[in-house]
Formats: sequence, C-alpha cells, structure tokens
Amino acid sequence: MTATDTRATASPDSPVRKPERTPRHIMSFSSKLSRWDLKVSPYLYISPFFILFVIVGLFPIAYTAVISLQEWDLVRNTGTFVGLDQYIWILSQEQFWVALRNTFSIFILSSVPQLILALFIAAMLDRNIRAKTFWRMSVLLPFVMAPVAVALIFSNLFGDNHGLVNTFLTDIGLPAIGWHKDPFWSHIAIATMVNFRWTGYNALILLAAMQAVPRDYYEAAMLDGANAFRQFWSITLPSLRPTLIFVIITSTIGGLQIFDEPRMYDQNGNGGADQQWLTITLYLYKIGWGEFNFGRAAALAWILFLIIMLIGLINLAITRRLVRDDGGRGVVRPRRRKKGASQ
Amino acid sequence: MSAISTPPLAIVEENLPNDGRRRRNARTTRIRGTRPGFWVYMGLAVVVVSAIFPYYWSFLIGSGDASTLNDPNMSWIPGGNFIANAITVVNNPAVNFWPALWNSIFSSTVIAASVVVFSTLAGWAFAKLRFRGAKGLLVFVVATLAVPTQLGVVPLYILFADLGWTGQIGAIIVPALTSAFGVFWMTQYLSQTVPDELIEAARVDGASMLRTFWTVGVVAARPAAAMLFLFTFVNAWNQFFWPFIVLDRQSPTLPVALSLLQSNYFVDYSIVLAGVLLATIPLLILFAFAGKQLVSGIMAGAVKG
Repeated sequence: MTATDTRATASPDSPVRKPERTPRHIMSFSSKLSRWDLKVSPYLYISPFFILFVIVGLFPIAYTAVISLQEWDLVRNTGTFVGLDQYIWILSQEQFWVALRNTFSIFILSSVPQLILALFIAAMLDRNIRAKTFWRMSVLLPFVMAPVAVALIFSNLFGDNHGLVNTFLTDIGLPAIGWHKDPFWSHIAIATMVNFRWTGYNALILLAAMQAVPRDYYEAAMLDGANAFRQFWSITLPSLRPTLIFVIITSTIGGLQIFDEPRMYDQNGNGGADQQWLTITLYLYKIGWGEFNFGRAAALAWILFLIIMLIGLINLAITRRLVRDDGGRGVVRPRRRKKGASQ
Repeated sequence: MSAISTPPLAIVEENLPNDGRRRRNARTTRIRGTRPGFWVYMGLAVVVVSAIFPYYWSFLIGSGDASTLNDPNMSWIPGGNFIANAITVVNNPAVNFWPALWNSIFSSTVIAASVVVFSTLAGWAFAKLRFRGAKGLLVFVVATLAVPTQLGVVPLYILFADLGWTGQIGAIIVPALTSAFGVFWMTQYLSQTVPDELIEAARVDGASMLRTFWTVGVVAARPAAAMLFLFTFVNAWNQFFWPFIVLDRQSPTLPVALSLLQSNYFVDYSIVLAGVLLATIPLLILFAFAGKQLVSGIMAGAVKG
C-alpha cells in the first residue's frame, strides 16, 4: 500500500496525479514548483557526496593507473610514457616478493586467530550475562587506541633484550625469542598488535549477528537434547556465515594494506634490517617517499589494488555459494525480507 | 505547518526496528534460561584483562624513569613520574604536541561532521526518494566499499604538492570528507526507520522536499548520525599513513607526533609510553562518555551491513 503510493509519486506522470488529490492547496505556479522540487531534489541531495567522492576517492585510484605507466619527473611535475616498465621493475624486485610474503603471512596470522577468538568472545557475550554493557565496552576498549600507539607499546613488550615477553620466557626457563630478528616471530608480534585492536570489534559484529538468530531454533534444539556446543556448531555457526564472510572481506581489505604497525615496529621504520617485516604498503612508502619514484610507487599501488580485488572476488564467490547453501536460515532470512521491504 | 514536526516524531519512534528486536531478546533470553556459570565470566575477565593490560603497561612504564624497564626487580605498581614524563613530551620541540592535539581535534571533527552531513543527505535520497538511476548509483556506492581508496596516495600527493597544500591540515581533511560506508549506513537506517506514509503525509500537507527532509529525515536520522559521527571521528583520529606522508613535523597530528617521539627518544621508553598514553587520553575521555553508543553503533551496523 505504502510502497505503491510513493512509487506513484516517483513515476514520471505522478505530478499530474498528485494535485488531483489535494487540489485546494495548490495553485498552478506552486504546483509547477513542487513538480520541479520533486524531480530535482534527489539529485541535489546525492550530488555533494558523489562529486566529492569521485574527485577525492575514485579519481586518484584511476589516475594512479595513469601515473603507473609513466616515469614521473618531480621537477617538471609531469611524466613520460614508459608502458609497463614500472610494473616489470616492481615484479623483478626481490624485495617485492619478500614484502608480498610478509604481508600475507601477517595477514593470515592476524585474521585466522582473530576470527576464532572473536567467535568465542561473541559466544560468551551472547550468553545471558550480567552487566552486558560493561563487558561489551571493555571488549571495545582496544579499538580506541591508535594503531601507532598500539605498535609502540607492543614493540616494547616484544623487545629483544628487555621486553616483557622475553623476560617472562627466560624466567620460566625458555630461550628468549628474536622478535626483531626472525621474520616469523616478527610477524607474530605484528599480528598480535592487529589482533589486540580488532578482535573485540569483530566480536561485537559477530555478537550482533548471533542475536539476530531466531531463538526458537535454540528452543527446538534444546527440546531435541542438543547441548550448548552442539547448538553453537549446528545453529549459531551456519547462521553466522554471511557475517563471517563480511568480516573476512573487510579485514582482507584492511589487512593487506597494513602499514602503521610494521612502520612503528622499530625505530627506523624500514621493515627490518633484512626486510623481515617489510609489507607492501611499507615498500610503497619507501619507493614513493624514500626514493621519490612516483611511477614505481603508483605501479605498486595498482598491483596491491589488483591483489585486494582478486582476494575480494574469491571471497565474494565463496559468499554466494555459502549463502545459497544456507537457504533461508538464520541471518539470511530477515535480511532478505528487509531488502524486499526497502525496495 | 509546524504541527508536522510533532506527530511524525511519535510515529518514527514507534517504528524503530530495534525496539521490536530488543523486546524479543528480552523474552528469548529468558527462554535460554539460566545465567551462565563461573567459566564464562572467567573467560570474559581474561579478555578484559588483556584489553586493559597494554594501557596499564604504558602507564606503568610511562610513570617510571629511564631505568625502570631495565630493572630486573621492576615493580608492578606505577611510579610517580607520569606527570613529569608527560611534561617532557609536551615540551619536546621536535614533537609539537599542542599543534598536533589541535590538528587532531580539528581535522577529526570536521571530517566526522562532513561525513555525517553528506551521508545523511545522500542516504535520505537513496532510502526515501525515488529517482531515475537510484538503484544503479546505490549499487555503485556499495561496490566502492571494497575499493581501498587509501591507494590513491600518489596522485593525491602530486595534486596537493601542486596546490601547495603539503603540510597543511586541509590536505588530510579534504580526501576524507566523504565516505561510501557512511552513505550505505544512512541509507540502510533511514529506509528501515522512516515509514513511507510519513513522507507522503508531509507532501500532501504541502511541505517542500527540503522541509520534509528537515522535519522527517533529519529527525529520524539523529541516532544513526550520532553513531556515524563517533565512528568516523575515532577512525579519523587514528589515521596515520596519509597524514604521515603529507604533513610535516611542524604541524603533525597526534599519531604522526607519536612516530616522531619514537625516533627522538628511542632509548627512553618511559617518555615514549607516557606520550602514547597522553595521546590516547582524549579518545579515552570520548569513550567514557560515548562508548555505549559506539558499541551499539558497531552492532547495529553489523546486522544491517
């Protein structure tokens, strides 16, 4: 009923219909004005966003592609076309492949444990606990701290010589770990920073999805004699799939661009003496603002952009399959209903 | 005409989707029955301790002196030097603490306000007005959520260098003035919150589009706008990559200032960590007042997103 009303207003012939309904209020001139208002207003409302967004958000990404095909001259502030040379240069650098390896390694080490932990925390928060708000806020506390600040604290905790972690390890009789020497351990340390900041945040997102699961399912499962673990495994987890994929995609986009934490992991910010924790964005910074080679930096930015898109598309394919598998259960169903109602 | 603003308010609030959900939860948690046992609280306590620990650690070290960290018998009780260390940070000429604080406050506020305004306008149009191309444009916005706009740094830098904006606070504000996420968020919220009858009623009463937006849309959008503001503010405050590239030492933001602190006082962690805490205090204050809204904002975004 309501939907048809508004849609009628929107359709091109509606201004004719509208005055019919309330003829006494509207004179000819104001009717014209109102008609114009109806047609033009939506575009006026969206244009500030779109104009700015295209200029400062999307145009730079596209223009990065143009610059990446050039040898950029900083003095004249123009470039000369060199084809794909910059891409070839990047791909032939050993540092690029090291950075790619490090980026993926840190990404996996941060996203997988983070997701599992976030699931557990969300499951605990989803119970009928006392002082809900207190627990939820506490879990979000790390999110408030800037990544730079987190990195400074953790690079101190993971100090090779007097760091708290190594002191603890040696106290219980284990050998100290070269957190700033060994690539793998440096990745662990950096992944810990990421996990510290984002686990609680993702737990809240998953908690919200858990609460959207119709509770009748649990009731039915309980009647069937399913225990808490079984309920979590067979009801909660399948219903969470779309949200899980959403969390995975957002953490992919962010995680593959990681810069703040590796940059602040030591004093020099070059990704370690042997590039142990050099990431792609850190490498981009080194090329762009260390060597001031904008052509190469742009090529690297586009390579990273393509990698992120590729991973994103893979995720999307998985999402589609999982959502279809899921049929109309759990979170999926209310979402579809919403979609239908709003359009 | 002023009568319009009151009745819609009531209708809007009645139609809040959260209301029903909350009621259902209240009922269903009872169905799920018992309060959880000791181990759930234990687990949560561990989580909370690890969330607080880095804060505590930076206070512990930041309130000691240069030798605290190397002391094998280091006390777990904070020393009395925090204020002194904080003053050292503030007075460090290389860090430019006060300009940094001002820049952070100013840029984050402007960015958050502008994102809220543009997103509310566009979100209102997408959610409640029908126009040609609406669907396609909305799909476009959602698709760009996946585009890491951070990667446009090279042309942005060239552009701002050309304009002479490098080192200026405007260089970090302008690229962040809009957010695809914000538009998506407001669209979702408004399309679920405002019933179409309300707009129709306002139109029938002769309200212009602008007046309808102002009296119905803006009023309904307020809770979502507050959450979007908070979220954007925190994100803008914590940005590092782009400000680090485009700003210089004389006029940094707080995260950039922190990075300068490390290269200056590498050895003395009591100063570095005092600075870390000092730079985090403004957001902690914000969190104390608005943390609850931030939590519900993130959760609301999740269900809809």
